[in-house]
Amino acid sequence: MDLERFHQTFFEESFEGLERMETELLALEAAGEGAGAVDPETINTIFRAAHSIKGGAGTFGFKEVADFTHHVETLLDEMRAGRRPVTAEAVGLLLRCVDCLREMLASQQAGERPDTAQAESLRQALEALRGNAAQEAPSAVAPQAEAPAGGWRIRFRPLPHLLQTGNDPVRMFRALAELGELTVRCDEAALPAFGELDPEVCYLAWELELRGQVPRREVEEVFEWVEGDCELAIEPLGGRGEAAPETDAAPAGDATEAPALGQPRERTQSAPAGVSAQRRPRAQAGSIRVSIDKIDALINTVGELVITQSILGQIGRELEGVLGPQLEKLRNGLAQLERNTRELQEGIMGIRMLPISFAFSRFPRLVHDLGRQLGKQVRLEISGEQTELDKTVMEHIGDPLVHLVRNALDHGIEPPEEREAAGKDPVGTLRLSACHRGGNILIEVRDDGRGLDRERILAKARERGLVAPDAQLSDAEVYDLIFQPGFSTAAEVTDVSGRGVGMDVVRKNIREVGGTVEVASEPGRGSAFTIRLPLTLAIVDGQLVRVGSQIYVIPLVSIVESLQMQAGQVNVVAGRGEVYKLRDQYLPVVRLYEQFGIEAEHTELAGGMLVVVEGEGRRFGLLVDELLGQQQVVIKSLEANFRRVEGVSGATILGDGTVALILDVGGLHPAARQQAAA
Amino acid sequence: MATILTVDDSASMRQMVAFTLKGAGYEVAEAADGQEALQLCQGRRFNLVLTDVNMPRMDGISLIRALRALPTYRFTPILMLTTESAADKKAEGKAAGATGWIVKPFNPDQLLATIKKVLG
Repeated sequence: MDLERFHQTFFEESFEGLERMETELLALEAAGEGAGAVDPETINTIFRAAHSIKGGAGTFGFKEVADFTHHVETLLDEMRAGRRPVTAEAVGLLLRCVDCLREMLASQQAGERPDTAQAESLRQALEALRGNAAQEAPSAVAPQAEAPAGGWRIRFRPLPHLLQTGNDPVRMFRALAELGELTVRCDEAALPAFGELDPEVCYLAWELELRGQVPRREVEEVFEWVEGDCELAIEPLGGRGEAAPETDAAPAGDATEAPALGQPRERTQSAPAGVSAQRRPRAQAGSIRVSIDKIDALINTVGELVITQSILGQIGRELEGVLGPQLEKLRNGLAQLERNTRELQEGIMGIRMLPISFAFSRFPRLVHDLGRQLGKQVRLEISGEQTELDKTVMEHIGDPLVHLVRNALDHGIEPPEEREAAGKDPVGTLRLSACHRGGNILIEVRDDGRGLDRERILAKARERGLVAPDAQLSDAEVYDLIFQPGFSTAAEVTDVSGRGVGMDVVRKNIREVGGTVEVASEPGRGSAFTIRLPLTLAIVDGQLVRVGSQIYVIPLVSIVESLQMQAGQVNVVAGRGEVYKLRDQYLPVVRLYEQFGIEAEHTELAGGMLVVVEGEGRRFGLLVDELLGQQQVVIKSLEANFRRVEGVSGATILGDGTVALILDVGGLHPAARQQAAA
Repeated sequence: MATILTVDDSASMRQMVAFTLKGAGYEVAEAADGQEALQLCQGRRFNLVLTDVNMPRMDGISLIRALRALPTYRFTPILMLTTESAADKKAEGKAAGATGWIVKPFNPDQLLATIKKVLG
């Protein structure tokens, strides 16, 4: 049989297992070296993960992985049994083994032979740690090749409890009969009178003759499972006069073990040690693995269904007045269709949702390693890791998150001495949190480090010509400058944070999934990066607006308010173009018809309809002709079907079948457009 | 046809075992740990239970012990999946009431041969 079909599952669960090992190893490290303080379930969890990887690797033919994991498992087993102390050295080594296994599995997954050089050096390190006591016990006894020509005489006397092990003499005899010609003679001497007979006890004994050339090993194998549950003698047939045949007579299984019948066995058991220590809920119970392609195809179909449903709804409305008494039925049917469609859509979206712990789980290790490398002490606090979001969205924020965390450690959190001098806890704190807010996910990366340096950022921005020399900027505006392409203020470039290619890419990646990122900072108190993401990429709550003959969708989350512009408040400011004064704030105005090169009804700002939007910390207005309704729209990728268009994040099909573009608010800001043009 | 319960915390092993057994015509139920298996067994009667030893929540040995305490599972064949290095586990399993064992790693043919041995 082809075992390849199970490989994908094996890889997935092995990578998950490695992650679990890593998490628990780091927990061990954090708990300190005090051997007494080690939670046995922690070691057990690590051991089980290694054990499963070894078992699976062996079964599915990844020998190198199985062999290496065996050595890891051996050390863990000794720790588990308390024969080996849990030292920082051992934990460090095991962490390296986890990395090595991850690489080996990745190569196997890619269909390459894993690199065993590293595994070999780690194996030696493991053995050195175990004090070369690593000699494997030689496996049992060499199989006996003895196969006398005549066959075997077998004397088999089960102990009374044999049936209760689930073994059945009849099945064993059947197995023997397959090996050769079998004669069975039953010895019923021990059978009591009928009234005293206990149906659950085995009173019988047998003498068997197996004729044919059968290796002794094969006969023994039949009785392998009942060793200790019976008296057994196996001797060659025909060699009658031979000296005492080797009898394994003396039963190893002590008779006291066999429970007296009628006396109920203990029903309640003390809970195994592992039960209480289970901390994380396991996603495994009753779950199946489905390829993401299948789900995406479903989501796409459901998207089409939603569109069809809204087209039908529209037709239904148009038929009002035409249909008469049938109308009520149609209306009910359409309402039901809408409800079912919505439930179906929500249900399928839910399948794609994963807890954000998938993205957060790599950080304990990262922070641990990086803190060491930088000589900083950092405590990582994670909260809200059960918050769910779309898998694709999650994939897009992985790298930006890593970048933000690296930056926080590299530039944000100060070295211990500097923190102490400033009267702060020498151990810095990095907080990662996630929560639902409205239709969005908020992710925050917050450190209690030195905060952003307003003056240095401003100086750098002026030097780069990003800001006019005399421009007056608010703190928020200054801090936002760090997201400009090519901006970096790090005094020296380190291999941790790179060379300032980061923050603009962070913003770009986040924007690609319809999210925003903002920063807040307080000198000496730290910085906080807030990422706001849509729950899903497939639908958006939108405000429909009309410009000329075109309809656009503005995501509701980015709309602040809508208003009709007053003549007196419209101004032109040098260097900032047209602005509208709204409650002491000057908002840049973007004429959508100009942006998209179409005809509009209103080209005068005064009296025109302004939609005030906010994206990436910048607030500005969009000039439109008319506000239409609000509705949930299914997002179709423009990029995949056409090409990327600046200021547009996607398209949708409305109820009447027309295509409407969905605006990318962040990309419409005048400054963003200048960058795009540059 | 006989109904078999396979218990393993590793999804790939469970899939492999289930696939093999189903292919041979057995009916198969799956459980991810001892606790889940015990719950299943309390609700219905399997002809054979095939359990891994190392599992979270409730390990294989505890499962065997708990099953033997159920009136309906006193004589049911229970096989455990062990690794060759774990001789003491075999003894522990036997003491708990296991019928026998299958040594990992095994291939589908070995699995079926062993199953046949207890289900006939």
